[in-house]
Amino acid sequence: MTVSPLQPGWGRAVDADTDEVLVLDRVGVEFRVEDNRISAVTDVSLRIDRGEIFGLVGESGCGKSTLALAIMGLLPSTATVTGRIAFQGRDLIGLGEREFRALRGDRMSMVFQDPLTSLDPTYGIGDQVAETIRAHRDAARPAARERALELLREVGISAAEQRYDEPPHRFSGGMRQRVVVATALANEPALLIADEPTTALDVTIQAQIIELIRALREHHGTTVVLITHDLGVIAQVCDRVGVMYAGQLVEIAPVAQIFAAPRHPYTQALIAALPTSGQARGSLRVIEGQVPELSAPPAGCRFSPRCPVRREECDRVPPVAIAARGHAIACWNDPATRTTAEATVMASGVTK
Amino acid sequence: MTGALLEVRGLTKHFPARGALVGRSAVVHALDGVDLAVAPGELVGIVGESGSGKTTLARCILGLTAPTGGEIQFHGQDITHLRGAARREFRRSVQPIFQDPYASLDPRWPIARTVREPLDAFGIGRPAERDARVAALLDRVGLPGRSADRRPHELSGGQRQRVGIAAALALEPELIVADEPVSALDVPVQAQILNLLAELQRDLGLALVLITHNLAVVEHICDRAAVLYLGRLAEEGPIDELFGDPEHPYTQALMAAIPYPDPERRVTAARIQGEIPSPIHPPAGCRFHPRCLVAIERCRADAPELTAFGPRHRAACHVARARADSALASAVGAAVVSTPTGH
Repeated sequence: MTVSPLQPGWGRAVDADTDEVLVLDRVGVEFRVEDNRISAVTDVSLRIDRGEIFGLVGESGCGKSTLALAIMGLLPSTATVTGRIAFQGRDLIGLGEREFRALRGDRMSMVFQDPLTSLDPTYGIGDQVAETIRAHRDAARPAARERALELLREVGISAAEQRYDEPPHRFSGGMRQRVVVATALANEPALLIADEPTTALDVTIQAQIIELIRALREHHGTTVVLITHDLGVIAQVCDRVGVMYAGQLVEIAPVAQIFAAPRHPYTQALIAALPTSGQARGSLRVIEGQVPELSAPPAGCRFSPRCPVRREECDRVPPVAIAARGHAIACWNDPATRTTAEATVMASGVTK
Repeated sequence: MTGALLEVRGLTKHFPARGALVGRSAVVHALDGVDLAVAPGELVGIVGESGSGKTTLARCILGLTAPTGGEIQFHGQDITHLRGAARREFRRSVQPIFQDPYASLDPRWPIARTVREPLDAFGIGRPAERDARVAALLDRVGLPGRSADRRPHELSGGQRQRVGIAAALALEPELIVADEPVSALDVPVQAQILNLLAELQRDLGLALVLITHNLAVVEHICDRAAVLYLGRLAEEGPIDELFGDPEHPYTQALMAAIPYPDPERRVTAARIQGEIPSPIHPPAGCRFHPRCLVAIERCRADAPELTAFGPRHRAACHVARARADSALASAVGAAVVSTPTGH
């Protein structure tokens, strides 16, 4: 069966036939700022499968957005990316700008916190969606317009036909974010990265966008990486979660386990710091100390200077280890990490 | 109510609307007849979407904006028309904390000077005593003594918010009005500031009006809360009733949309339609009726009054009122039927 480039389902017809949509292997990002080297991301390894909604959570400066920009090839020239990033089996590090441009907006796309950074203030919203289609597909204007209308209706823009030519400022924040989502979905990408997509929105509108993201996965099987500092949003929409601290990925687990049985001391502290009705007023968990400067990060586990269960080994980087089904952790206190480290030492001894 | 520290009655604030498209006589109805009472030492949350009037209410209470109508009483005295010494005394007793301490701290001043400024302005104590007071205040909010000479850009966001709190405490206020004080902070830092606010209430008996869109924060820290919608009070009540058993359909929609950090408790967005309309032409009748899923004919024309649903629980909704009244009537009816031999 041949599928026309403008038909729904086209994306799935062209995507590589692999379950691994995104694989990161020891990814690091370093920025040069004057004479300083900022180690924004270090040693991040993870794999995200088709149709997953994967949450990446952490405080400001933990490297979650930097990692997203590295995947999208959007980092400035002051940044150096190391390791391996594979999208549908294809290596992205070292890809030229032309090749990235062909991918972005087509097989992978990104939604940012402020929809106005992605929308042209002088154009009608419909044309912005249609233009994204025409940039990647050989489509006549009327056909692109039809498809754009379909997308606008799907993301919940009411009276899409009448409002097709209205510029972004005529829409509310929530509606603008829907237009951005329509643009991002225009070519049925295999991967959608959403960076704080609901952070600027009121709670009722946020709930609508959360439902929209769930529906996208349901109807299109889109793989979503959701980046947010908001553990509430993570709990609402994600299947699996990666927790980052000061550039390191410290824990990966199915969403239920991250909240019910967090294993890394940082994740435990973060969850206990959340205000809830069950927690007595004034008794929220506090993490002593501060997030480290990334120009001079602590050796080994970067959380160790603040960690209540710090031990000698913490000066060395803990390997990410599979602790249980689907639950991975990088902490020297965890038996899984210790076993993995020993196995690695043994293996390297054998090869030598 | 007697014993209230702050009592706001029928507070109204209209602004002339700006912009070419709205017409010359257009008016922004930021607040329309809002009531609020705060007892000494009480933590009261004000919640609602952007455009609901939360910040305007805060600015009126702080005396930063003059209301168009209504009364604001502090210790039983109307403060909207205070002048001179009486106004100064009131300004001492009610202090603000803002969302972005970066914007409210002078970037050139060491933080000790920022905290000392209100003491100088009000001529409190001898200069040497002021230095000791500043040191005590910085200590009180958990800033190390060595940070006294730092400038705002040398501090983290949480430390800057502590400076803002220390400056607010300098004049020993009875009431703090905090507008989104933790919204810009990461969770662990937010926890520190929330713990600090709870301590100040416990140790100093401070009352707090907390304005925020973060419902989980209100549920955690406040005694009571008021829900604003498009310049009107939709509902107010004790936290457990408001979050556990809300009466107003708008409050119900808000509560249903809270993204709790619990994967077992996922939100559904279906309890509300559309978005908050413009406060320039607010809907007639109940302002929520165009978005309400249970609105009846009466809601379009007739603005509901706040009525009691519990000792300190009030809501403004025709549908909730009718439901409660009929439940009451059938309960009374059942009581009458079950005690036919009563005297």
